[in-house]
Amino acid sequence: MKKETYEVVIVGAGIVGAACADAFAERGLRVVVVDRDVVGGGATAAGMGHIVVMDDSEAQFALTHYSQRLWQDLRPELPDDVEYEQPGTIWVAADDEEMAEVRRKREYYRNRGVAVQVMDARELKQAEPNLRDGLAGGLLVPGDAVLYPPCAARFLITRAQQRGAKLRLGACVTQISEGCVRSNDGQEINGDIVVNAAGANAAELTAGIDIKKRKGHLVITDRYPGFLRHQLVELGYLKSAHSVSRDSVAFNVQPRRTGQILIGSSRQYGAEHKEVDQTMLANMVRRAQEYMPALGTMSAVRVWTGFRAATPDKLPLIGPCPGYKSVYLATGHEGLGITTSLGTARILVDQVVDSKPEIAVEPYLPSRAVKEFVHA
Amino acid sequence: MPSEFTVVRVNGVSVSVPVGTTIAVAIAIAGQPCRTSVTGEPRGPLCGMGICFECRAVVNGIPHSRTCQLLCEPDMEVRTDA
Amino acid sequence: MRSYSRERFDVLVVGGGPAGIAAAVRAAERGGHVGIVDENIALGGQIWRGGISVESHSSEASSWISQVKKADISVLSGKRVFHQPEPGTLMAEGLDDIWQLRYRNLVLATGARERFLPFPGWTLPNVTGAGGLQAMVKSGLPIRGKRVVVAGSGPLLFAVAAYLRKHGAEIPIVCEQASWKKLAWFSMTLVRHPVKIGQGLQLRKDLVGIPLAASSWPIMAHGQRVLEAVTILRGGKSETIKCDYLACGFHLVANTELPALVGCRIRNGYVQVNELQQTTVDKVYCAGEPTGIGGIELSLVEGEIAGLAATGHASEAQRLYPKRERFRRFARLLDNTFSLRAELRSLPSPDTVICRCEDVPCSRLREHRSWRAAKLQTRCGMGPCQGRVCGPATQFLFQWNPDSVRPPVFPARVEDLAAYGESIPEVTGEAK
Repeated sequence: MKKETYEVVIVGAGIVGAACADAFAERGLRVVVVDRDVVGGGATAAGMGHIVVMDDSEAQFALTHYSQRLWQDLRPELPDDVEYEQPGTIWVAADDEEMAEVRRKREYYRNRGVAVQVMDARELKQAEPNLRDGLAGGLLVPGDAVLYPPCAARFLITRAQQRGAKLRLGACVTQISEGCVRSNDGQEINGDIVVNAAGANAAELTAGIDIKKRKGHLVITDRYPGFLRHQLVELGYLKSAHSVSRDSVAFNVQPRRTGQILIGSSRQYGAEHKEVDQTMLANMVRRAQEYMPALGTMSAVRVWTGFRAATPDKLPLIGPCPGYKSVYLATGHEGLGITTSLGTARILVDQVVDSKPEIAVEPYLPSRAVKEFVHA
Repeated sequence: MPSEFTVVRVNGVSVSVPVGTTIAVAIAIAGQPCRTSVTGEPRGPLCGMGICFECRAVVNGIPHSRTCQLLCEPDMEVRTDA
Repeated sequence: MRSYSRERFDVLVVGGGPAGIAAAVRAAERGGHVGIVDENIALGGQIWRGGISVESHSSEASSWISQVKKADISVLSGKRVFHQPEPGTLMAEGLDDIWQLRYRNLVLATGARERFLPFPGWTLPNVTGAGGLQAMVKSGLPIRGKRVVVAGSGPLLFAVAAYLRKHGAEIPIVCEQASWKKLAWFSMTLVRHPVKIGQGLQLRKDLVGIPLAASSWPIMAHGQRVLEAVTILRGGKSETIKCDYLACGFHLVANTELPALVGCRIRNGYVQVNELQQTTVDKVYCAGEPTGIGGIELSLVEGEIAGLAATGHASEAQRLYPKRERFRRFARLLDNTFSLRAELRSLPSPDTVICRCEDVPCSRLREHRSWRAAKLQTRCGMGPCQGRVCGPATQFLFQWNPDSVRPPVFPARVEDLAAYGESIPEVTGEAK
């Protein structure tokens, strides 16, 4: 079997692997991307494609904000089928308690240069007439965007290929070791460095990383143009994403350029099979109907599931993999893989070629987990 | 020959059809395509049995109704994209 | 306000065509509460579709359907099964209602649909399936005096041409893609199938005067906003024929989606069953076209066997095996005669739309190596038809294999996805 040698071997052709390939190739490195299936076939295919600035933590804000700007810069080059749109997000408040959170978020974002606008109940209803009456208001973040992830991943991979990167699909990597990946067909690919961007399966390939699968469900409807104008997320979403052990659903809907409505979201721990879970689906749909009753009568064309890669502190792992000399991680993005893919790729490449990253990388270093363990 | 007829409106125009006629057929009798495709092509029913979704139209305000599976009823309002 | 209902059955039959009807009748004769859930307006499926005019049903169809009425079988027409939230329960939705159907035994008689192959102009209004056009005429479409070219493949073409002609249509030609050699062999072999000879002779009579071309198929449909003419290939030469309709279907594809959702093993596009019509899932049976395209007689006898087997009458079922075997031979004959020729793969041009729901042209699909890759990158198969039209087409064109099936197995209302688990009233007349 011919041995192939590269400077960078990237395992995983999802949005993160694709972004990494693009960034490494742009710096002139010889790259190969290996995936067991198709480009953007894992969580990339299953997710909502929401590009959103988050305020869970300073580190999460820094990465999402940085990455969102990179997407905005990239926008003019994105082909039509990536369907990049900027409808903005409205964080929906159902009561006074959640309105207080709206005001806190406004301060947080304003102090960091993110344009936001508080909406009262009347303004919210005007912006989204199909929301039920009786909600308290919301926070509009006009810079948030949506796109269609599988085509975005393909765009990045293609751009990398135009700069000489190679793509090996249908090769399931079973082992990552120093400078080498082995796939189930017995082939070996060698690289100066290996990047594990295998998402929900990353923990199977490099030892000692704490990544758990967090299953989600989505429903997409037929076309109803004009029904929904912004991505709408309930503020309870944060409580759901915060929880480390409980299954949860939250109201989270997105207008696609096609006019189809994407309905989410759900999070489950410990679920290993990809079958639709009727209880979770029912709960998720009922939650969505509580906020937008008219969704109920729409035609649901497809339902699917996907697995996010979740870490204990809800921040991704970007940097050298502990216990290895030449293996790096770019994984653990939970529900923010699309958003932070570009930023992830940049700061990873910066670490590898030793250029100055535009944001501090310490919060995302995989070695942080080791440190925490030592101190515990 | 059926003796009973019913009247539906297709894009505002009244069409009289024998009872037992499907809406898709009423649309055809009105000389309209059922829908316009995502790139703007006119479309009519293909399969006649409810699986191709080319016969979708707005029936009494309900979008994406599969008209080949629905019988005409008095005073139905049918709107196609046209 | 939608009503929510619940009903329990000893035997639930999905599909109201010949196979489903036969299964339900035999099951009901043996006792127990039996139901048929069917998405069409009335019983009969596709092949026994009733219609506006009184003459619609054949005597055989009328006889079976009246047995359903006499047998106190619960018939849920206009309800479409979309989900199995747990084994033993199916969810079905109608226009105004939703049903939770519990069963001890399940007979899947979901029938078949036409195979559509793309060619330039096939998306023009008035290009329809062969069975499709017949269904529409039965639903009131005026056809008297209209010119209809019938094309594609399969015995359905002849039946449709005869039917349309009987209702006043002008049929300039019937184009069958199979060769004369195959058709001749088919006719000769019909000798072994007495029932079929009778039908065949009647058909021959009905088709007198209608030109039939073998090794012939449509290569382009023409028209501005609606079909105006068709170019067909015949004897290596192309001919353009003015017409009002092109009734075109390339034989049949089994509806295996619900069986797959329920967990039945599907092999080569058919549901795998044993001699008692049992699938690989306990207490789930399958009868009719989904086990192999074979026509009415085979569907009826398979349905009878399934109904008997589902009520524990295996020995009675066994007595029907010889009859089934005779009709299975016919099914194999059908398969061989009407297999699709390779030339049909070159019909679409680069800009021919393959996925009609999402308007994906052939050129975009050719870039991809699998159904999944094409689906993700182009949205082919992601539309409301859920790949029922473009799936068989791309399988033939590119040898792509479809994905696994997920609920809803048919588009359903969003709120109905959440219906299971709610407390809903029980319907009277439930399982004894």
